[in-house]
Amino acid sequence: MEQLMQTLKVQIIEALNLRHLKPEDIKDDEPLFVEGVGLDSIDALELIVLLQQHYGVKVEDPSQGPQIFRSVKSMAEYIENNKKPQSA
Amino acid sequence: MMKYFVNGFCRINNRKVTVNDILIYEDHQSSFYDFLLKIYPLGEIYPKYYKMDNLSKAGVIASELLLQNENPNQKYKPEDIAVVLSNHSSSLDTDLRYQKSTEKIPSPALFVYTLPNIVIGEICIRNKFKGENAFFIHEAFNPEYMVKYVDLLLQNNQTEACLSGWVEVLGENHDVFLYLVEKKKSDYSFNHSMEDLLKKYNNY
Amino acid sequence: MKSKAYAAGLGVISAIGKDLAENLEALKNHQAGIGPITLFESIHKNKLPVGEVKVTNEKLASSLKLPTTLTRTALLGIHAVKEAIQSSGIPELRKWRCGIISGTTVGGMDKSEQYYETFMRNEDSAPLHQIKNHECGKITELIASHFQIQDFISTINTACSSSANSIMLGSKLIANDQLDIVIAGGTDALTRFTLNGFNSLMILDSEPCRPFDETRKGLNLGEGAGYIVLVSEKVLEQEKVRPLAIVSGYANTNDAFHQTASSPEGRGSFSAMKSALEMANLMPTDIDYINLHGTGTQNNDSSEGIAVERLFGENVPKASSTKSFTGHTLGASGGIEAVYSIASIQSKVVYPNLRFNHQMSEIKFAPLKSFQKGVEVNHVMSNSFGFGGNCSSLTFSSC
Repeated sequence: MEQLMQTLKVQIIEALNLRHLKPEDIKDDEPLFVEGVGLDSIDALELIVLLQQHYGVKVEDPSQGPQIFRSVKSMAEYIENNKKPQSA
Repeated sequence: MMKYFVNGFCRINNRKVTVNDILIYEDHQSSFYDFLLKIYPLGEIYPKYYKMDNLSKAGVIASELLLQNENPNQKYKPEDIAVVLSNHSSSLDTDLRYQKSTEKIPSPALFVYTLPNIVIGEICIRNKFKGENAFFIHEAFNPEYMVKYVDLLLQNNQTEACLSGWVEVLGENHDVFLYLVEKKKSDYSFNHSMEDLLKKYNNY
Repeated sequence: MKSKAYAAGLGVISAIGKDLAENLEALKNHQAGIGPITLFESIHKNKLPVGEVKVTNEKLASSLKLPTTLTRTALLGIHAVKEAIQSSGIPELRKWRCGIISGTTVGGMDKSEQYYETFMRNEDSAPLHQIKNHECGKITELIASHFQIQDFISTINTACSSSANSIMLGSKLIANDQLDIVIAGGTDALTRFTLNGFNSLMILDSEPCRPFDETRKGLNLGEGAGYIVLVSEKVLEQEKVRPLAIVSGYANTNDAFHQTASSPEGRGSFSAMKSALEMANLMPTDIDYINLHGTGTQNNDSSEGIAVERLFGENVPKASSTKSFTGHTLGASGGIEAVYSIASIQSKVVYPNLRFNHQMSEIKFAPLKSFQKGVEVNHVMSNSFGFGGNCSSLTFSSC
């Protein structure tokens, strides 16, 4: 889970063009939206794309967003609980 | 028809940045993306900058440079400040990137910028301008049209100041000419006329 | 401002009809035009309903005696402009200083996105004619050229407020004696580009949309064209034309909040509606009907609803979103809805907001559930709010 969170931080920074941040600037449990990192609704949609593209995890209902993307930790937990087994 | 004044301009063309007749930056080596970053590191104080597409970045940087000397917000109500822009390629630079993303998964962050007027939205969000806006598509910078339109806005008392001009970006090609039109002269000033605008546009 | 502009002719084509009469009949019969995608292949084919114009490109082209290579956007536009000019009864536009201002977001992309696919498979096999009419401006030029309008040609792309802004600009030019006649409105065709893009923003409903309903889940995309022939007083007198309505007020503002979402209190929309009323010299109580922007998204309907209540207080007039019939026609929506608004004054009718069943919690007023006729409609307000914070509001009045 530690490794996953590290990877996620790198992926989030790249996907959302957060050029002013380095992975070590984002704490595992820091709020991603509104306060903390300060992401917005379009960023949430890009994170949905990130989950699908890199982890094969689909988020069908955008209203689940606030819980899933609350922090890097909650994202990692969601991935762990929902990722499909890797296909050959 | 009343006469109005251009109280500041920013020209970004051929990797050169000119503000009110003074060349302030030049860089022929970097990519257009990096060139914009180097002109003014806006992202350091306004992280939302990094999310913008190149068209919006170019427009917002030009407006930052133009308005640092003279920001209409200090003089007028937000609803009285208009933004009227134009270009040739619309949002094609981002349209192409978005289209490419649809090969895998369409990117919402790119789709948001596939309209030319989003650059107006970004300028307004940054500066809290809430007046009228319009975005026109022309073959080339058309000062005759733009002067007429903006003069009408100012004359009909719906607007006190207008940020206007040409913001054209496609790949590495860029051609930006942004200027502020007001009813009274300022320290730096020239006539809001087709002839005078063309002179500055062609000179720099 | 010296004088105002009058509407002398109307033309429309949408998911609910090929002309104004068909559209009005569908509105009267609560007959929506929303259904599955048939125009092109898409992974969303049976998942996302849309408001397609029920006419193929071949039929549109042959009825106008034009090639299909003109693009669907241009064909829809020419079709609607033709009806508008005919209905104005003005025999020769060219006698006057005549312009055309058209709004579009898609331009000729319906053809160029087909080209792109073929091109990616084999560069040499893709037919170039599919991209020659790609640009938004080119569509307006094609329409202008078909009707031989030369004095002023302009294209506006400000997303969903494009054609409302076209009507605004046209009215200003007439009021300031720059032109005598302006054909103003907009046209947009459905494309995969738009469908995929809106889907990535997760604001599309997989069911027919429910504007202003508490359980709404998003919008349905639509296509079509709507144009008004705007004329000056002088043209009215000399051509002995009966005006359908006067463009009494208009305003455009920027919400300055977010690239695509509206501020929760709908500050930009409130400002636009208030300024349009001020220009028209009208009180909120003078408005008989509001054609809401009402896309069916959580965000728009909430913001717009709050702004309407703030402006109209306890006395919100009859209001509805006709996007529940046509879908969201993007660049054409302002034009199509302006046509409906003026027809409302002419025919003394107001339109229902289909599929409304649950009161929205943020507001007290509810949209109309049924079509009503024999209604005294003197002043109508039409809202169009576009991405980029671009908020436009128009008022039309009887004359």
